[in-house]
Amino acid sequence: MENTIMKQATKKRLLGNTFKYLLLGILAFIVIFPFALGIWTSFLPSMDIAKGTLWGGGQLTLHNYVTAFTQTKILRYLLNSLVIATLVTLAHLFFCSLGAYAFVFLDFKYRDFFFYVVLGTMMLPFEAEVIPNFATVKMLGLLNHYSVMVIPFLTSAFGIFMLRQTFKQIPRDLKEAADVDGLSHWQFYWKVVMPYSKISLCTLAAYSFLGAWNQYLWPMLTTFSDHLRPVQDGLRQLQSEETFNDWGMVQASAAIVVVPTLIVLYIGQHYFKSGLNEGSVK
Amino acid sequence: MIESLPSTKQQPKGPEANQEITAKVKSFELKKNDKYYAWLFLGPSILLLTVFVFFPMLRTLYLSLFLTDTFGNPTVFVGLKNYAILLKSTSYIASLKATGTYVISVSIFTIIFGLLLAALANQKLRGIGFFRNIFTATMGVSVSVSAVFWLFMFNPSIGILNKVVTAFGFHPIAWLTTPGWAMTAVIATTVWMHLGFTFLLFFGALQAVPKSLYDAASVSGASSRYQFWHITLPMISPTMFFVAVITLISGFKSFGLIDLMTGGGPTNATNLLVYRVYKDAFMNGNYAQASTEAIFLTIIIAIITFVQFKLLAKRVNY
Repeated sequence: MENTIMKQATKKRLLGNTFKYLLLGILAFIVIFPFALGIWTSFLPSMDIAKGTLWGGGQLTLHNYVTAFTQTKILRYLLNSLVIATLVTLAHLFFCSLGAYAFVFLDFKYRDFFFYVVLGTMMLPFEAEVIPNFATVKMLGLLNHYSVMVIPFLTSAFGIFMLRQTFKQIPRDLKEAADVDGLSHWQFYWKVVMPYSKISLCTLAAYSFLGAWNQYLWPMLTTFSDHLRPVQDGLRQLQSEETFNDWGMVQASAAIVVVPTLIVLYIGQHYFKSGLNEGSVK
Repeated sequence: MIESLPSTKQQPKGPEANQEITAKVKSFELKKNDKYYAWLFLGPSILLLTVFVFFPMLRTLYLSLFLTDTFGNPTVFVGLKNYAILLKSTSYIASLKATGTYVISVSIFTIIFGLLLAALANQKLRGIGFFRNIFTATMGVSVSVSAVFWLFMFNPSIGILNKVVTAFGFHPIAWLTTPGWAMTAVIATTVWMHLGFTFLLFFGALQAVPKSLYDAASVSGASSRYQFWHITLPMISPTMFFVAVITLISGFKSFGLIDLMTGGGPTNATNLLVYRVYKDAFMNGNYAQASTEAIFLTIIIAIITFVQFKLLAKRVNY
């Protein structure tokens, strides 16, 4: 009697599990499909793609990658984005942490006012401000120059806000002890606050890097030379110029672009999660 | 009278007292310096935010009250006329509707699919880690890469979607050149792009629900459906709200995907508010109207962000 009930229960669980795996499989397929198809076509001969023969055609080939690396500036685009994103990330770590430090450990007039100013900028979308910003950088003579893709993004209100939350959790005793030891603000910032906030800093770095890496509108507006183009706009260029005759090469370029991001993602995953927890629920 | 009494308790003892006093003196001396440090530490950020965020906002507001020449310089003051024109323009109203359709659909579908993926991945099953990794994967896919992948699938002649459609005996669909389908295509691609991030958020939220709640419910014989509606959903509702807000905001800012996939077409069907600003300013040279549109966009985003802050403030004290 008991035995049959247990058998029924296992049977039911087995059925349930099969159903769950089926559902998981279908969803995983849907999520991964656009991605997998892109990677797959990047290995197909152009002739097959043009004819629409996605499988069972000719042999797989690395030709598209060779074309992408030799005929296009994809490596240059990648390098540009890497440089820009790295500079923006370092600048965020530096300026945002200093700003956050001021809000937490310094006593000055209008501190709350300035804090609301910073908070307020988080409400204003950069996308809606491109017209005057374009005029500004034009006036400063920065158009079509590396710096135009870095200077407007040297700091981030979100970064200041996030680090302020972290810095506030540093025990006040530490600051008092540092005062007793005669540590200057610089020393306290560098020797205590920064090491203490390592995880938050990594989180910010991950966000800043991805944000800068994904810049699209601004570089498109402010740079015209191929050798300055960051990777998103470079891909746009390739896509609009080449898709009619060479889909394979475009897919190969997309694959070349996506691989570094995936690597950053899997290394930085932990930090993204902790950043999310700080930003949302808590 | 009380003061004259020798209060042994309150008097700190010898060396400790000295230390405390020196500390206070020192910190007072440092406090005097705070002003300079504040300038030094906060100055760069405030300067940058002023030049690249506040000034442009005011300038945009200013430009929206004028007519402008082709270089974007104000010429004639017209007051609120630009706003009146915009609100009467059928094409702008159409853009507003298109944007509404886009952001709301994206938000709803992202939540449904993100939650579904997270709920499934939250099971104790063999090999579940593999699925979790797949579900986060789209987080690493940037706008232009997504656009390339999906443009290929939507391609009318060689795209996989039309192959499926024709295999079922239907006519091939001009995905990106038919108004309704173009919107659907853009929404689908956006939802796909958001999935990885949303999955991660929901997954984290689900993991944070205390197991004891489920145990108690199971003991009292509640079905798993009942548990989902009465335990899981209420517990993760803050995350759901957060996802709704960030997908709404990023939807309103969605520029790259529109530019890459449809260019605002066909016949302005996907000409979202943010894309209009760009088009009217940098392609049509109508800076006054573009500025007015930018103000509208800013107001919408500011309101949503403000609501988010308010609701965050209830949870986080800052």
